[in-house]
Amino acid sequence: MELLEDRLGVIEREEPRIHAFLRLSEELARAQAEEADRRFSSDAQVGPLTGIPVAIKDVLCVEDVETTAGSQILRGFRPPYESTAVARLRAQGAVFLGMTNCDEFAMGSSTENSGYFPTRNPHDPSRVPGGSSGGSAAAVAAGEAVFGLGTDTGGSIRQPAALCGVVGMKPTYGRVSRYGLIAFASSLDQIGPFTRTVDDAALVLQAIAGWDRRDATSVDRPVDMLSSLERGVEGLRLGLPREYFEAEGMEPGVRAAVERAVLTLERAGAELVDVRLPHTDYGLAAYYIIAPAEASSNLARFDGVRYGARAESAGNLLETYLQTRRGGFGPEVRRRIMLGTYALSAGYYDAYYLKAQKVRTLIAQDFERAFESCDAIVSATSPVVAFPIGAKVADPLAMYVCDVLTLGGNLAGLPGVSIPCGTSEGLPVGLQVLAPQWADGMALRVARAYEAASNGS
Amino acid sequence: MGAEGGPAAGEWEAVIGMEVHAQLSTRSKMFCGCTTDYIGAPPNSTVCEVCLGMPGVLPVANAKAVEQVVRTALALECEISRHTKFDRKNYFYPDLPKGYQISQYDMPMARSGRLSLGDREIRITRVHLEEDTGRLVHAGDALETASESLVDLNRSGMPLMEIVSEPDLRSAEEARDYAVELRGILRAVGASEADMEKGQLRAEANVSVRPRGSQELGVKTELKNINSFRALHRAVAYEIERQVRELEGGGRVVQETRGWSESEQRTFSQRSKEFAQDYRYFPEPDLPPLELRPDWVERLRASLPELPGELRSRLAEQYALSAFDVEQLSQESATARLFEQTVAAGAPPKQAANWIIGNAPTLDAQRLAELIGLVVAGTINREQGVRVLEEAQASGRAPGAVVRELGLAQVSDEAQLGVVVERVIAENPRAAADFRSGKQQALGALLAGVKEATGGSANMRLAAELLRHRLIQ
Repeated sequence: MELLEDRLGVIEREEPRIHAFLRLSEELARAQAEEADRRFSSDAQVGPLTGIPVAIKDVLCVEDVETTAGSQILRGFRPPYESTAVARLRAQGAVFLGMTNCDEFAMGSSTENSGYFPTRNPHDPSRVPGGSSGGSAAAVAAGEAVFGLGTDTGGSIRQPAALCGVVGMKPTYGRVSRYGLIAFASSLDQIGPFTRTVDDAALVLQAIAGWDRRDATSVDRPVDMLSSLERGVEGLRLGLPREYFEAEGMEPGVRAAVERAVLTLERAGAELVDVRLPHTDYGLAAYYIIAPAEASSNLARFDGVRYGARAESAGNLLETYLQTRRGGFGPEVRRRIMLGTYALSAGYYDAYYLKAQKVRTLIAQDFERAFESCDAIVSATSPVVAFPIGAKVADPLAMYVCDVLTLGGNLAGLPGVSIPCGTSEGLPVGLQVLAPQWADGMALRVARAYEAASNGS
Repeated sequence: MGAEGGPAAGEWEAVIGMEVHAQLSTRSKMFCGCTTDYIGAPPNSTVCEVCLGMPGVLPVANAKAVEQVVRTALALECEISRHTKFDRKNYFYPDLPKGYQISQYDMPMARSGRLSLGDREIRITRVHLEEDTGRLVHAGDALETASESLVDLNRSGMPLMEIVSEPDLRSAEEARDYAVELRGILRAVGASEADMEKGQLRAEANVSVRPRGSQELGVKTELKNINSFRALHRAVAYEIERQVRELEGGGRVVQETRGWSESEQRTFSQRSKEFAQDYRYFPEPDLPPLELRPDWVERLRASLPELPGELRSRLAEQYALSAFDVEQLSQESATARLFEQTVAAGAPPKQAANWIIGNAPTLDAQRLAELIGLVVAGTINREQGVRVLEEAQASGRAPGAVVRELGLAQVSDEAQLGVVVERVIAENPRAAADFRSGKQQALGALLAGVKEATGGSANMRLAAELLRHRLIQ
């Protein structure tokens, strides 16, 4: 309860400055905190997350709590069911502070595409927190929440973690159930944690991961995020993909910070090896076909017939559809629905969607080959530090390039961690650690080793 | 094709392909745990967040439904795909809650099968699995003109199998026979209750006509709204006639969907298909591809029950029944079972077939065999048998007991019947004279007299014998 009151105090102080939350669920949080107190005082089962305040991205359904995916089209929607990841936190006794802001339907890299308002970076409120999970990242960075949940489709956990200076992790695709996650791109979406430390990220992932009968793409494999966490990098080979260090738009300050971090890891005993990811250049194009294609279909259900907003003035069915969707979706969502619809159209499917899937296979093979000569791959998370609000709004392509170092991990289904590694121009820089599929523990272990080495130095 | 130089009437050939949807007999829906027992349930009561298409929910495929599709496909002698997957078929309609239907596009569970109709073989193109949509109820005729439309999603997510045939059918009768045979197969393998009136079996016919002898296909129309086998027959027959009339009159057939109007007994244009809708199919990312392992498929093959065609051959051979009897007995598996059990209980096959086909008895096989035995032994005659059957069915007593209680045993006593015969001859001198002069039919009138005189209890065979004997003397 004290922990909750502390955080509510921080929220009261910080929210007017950063706007991380769309909605607070104070009443629910107090009830959960009281229940946690009872558990602690009564020898009932407690876990590492019992009583711990969490900020939940607005795309994860929380039973009977308004969940809108950052969109006006779902304003007022209270799901009568709960996402599996959230339900697992609830069962552990975590305390739900509220729903955090994000780009509408997780489409964006700055949280400026929210259907409500932009969130600001706690390190500099004139700048974006990154996105799409900018609200959860900012809430953890500002100390409003002890940890946060986000979702990552092309970098939407790792990139805001980097820009806000916190730890963020995207697990292996299939590691965490997507049930109750309002889908953006089903084959890419994964849920993961925002925390202040790698140990905490491992604890949260341990709590939410594991097979779920309600998600056919979740995989039944043992979940052990903790046992190898502190083994260090002595003897590990870390791959440095040239394509990632020479990426388009890479800021020199970011590159310098990452190179320092790489040296820190080398000093900690890691062996550095050059690896190649030759199809990197095609990743962005493939991603921006596959993700919108899936989104165009996933978002078809928002038609005003059963829930959410409906244009009441429409005279017939077609007008109901058009007005509801035109009024309910923001410009970026509409743009991606149109892109995706086009990519799936008869006559274009082979040239776009099918081709993109082939590129996706090639990118996954690039990683497989690279992991033959290394245990993990390290690079910058984002080629840029937090940029000023509005700087890239008029240029969607400049915004899309923010994901160039992260989306490969989504296309290949890999686990990836972003961990703070110093600053550039006074703003946080993130170091990304990618590991082979199901080697989530390896990504955490390398990140943990960097964290230890950099704190020590 | 113009009227001039076109084929004369009667020189047209119909070309028909069928698309049949069958709801599968599973306990839960295709992708969620909701009950499939929705008929008669209040609107929107057999639903959950998954079949309502709420945000964030995911489908999980029903293994039983997959099994039933494979069983059906095996019964249709299809090739079963080792690798198969689900795809999304995208379109907007209020009865489709997700804005897409989970179906199968380019990798159906099975292909290249066949269904035999007598000596004709109809090729099956493919069999695939999908989910059903909800239903709309309009205050008015149609969605476009209704003042209000209500959505009922109880049916949404019901497991649905689609069976597509090649255009191998050549007449309205064949189209109907195909659907009837398919129903028999679906019921035999237990894949579907396949009741057309309940919408568990939905047949759509693609109909075109062409000059007899031509190898090219004509422009086809797709017939919908067909709710019975009779309607299927009539709709296809009507459509063939309409198309021929159109072509012979110098017109052309427009590719379109046409509905069957039961009240007007005609097809009517519903939707032009000249601009094909783009469903933007793509692989369903929420469901991993399925591998149908050959050993599993072989186990299913081995467990298939006797199929209607096999049953018919066996009934004909084993019991030496006529084609008509076989046809009648094999339409429902329960009927065939009753027949075989009745024979096993001692009834002669031909008698058993006659009784079952003619009287649709509800007695169990033991009692039916007992009844047939009483008739065959001459204890009661056929007409008394029918009375005994009705009484036994109504009272639940054994046929033998009914005969005793009603005192129905027929008069087989020669002396007793002889007296009656004498009297009838005396009372019908004209008929007697006719018979003596060679008119065999005259015996009928005399037999009727005997029957009347005995209140229907006479052993008619014995009566005929006595009459002949007396008249020829």
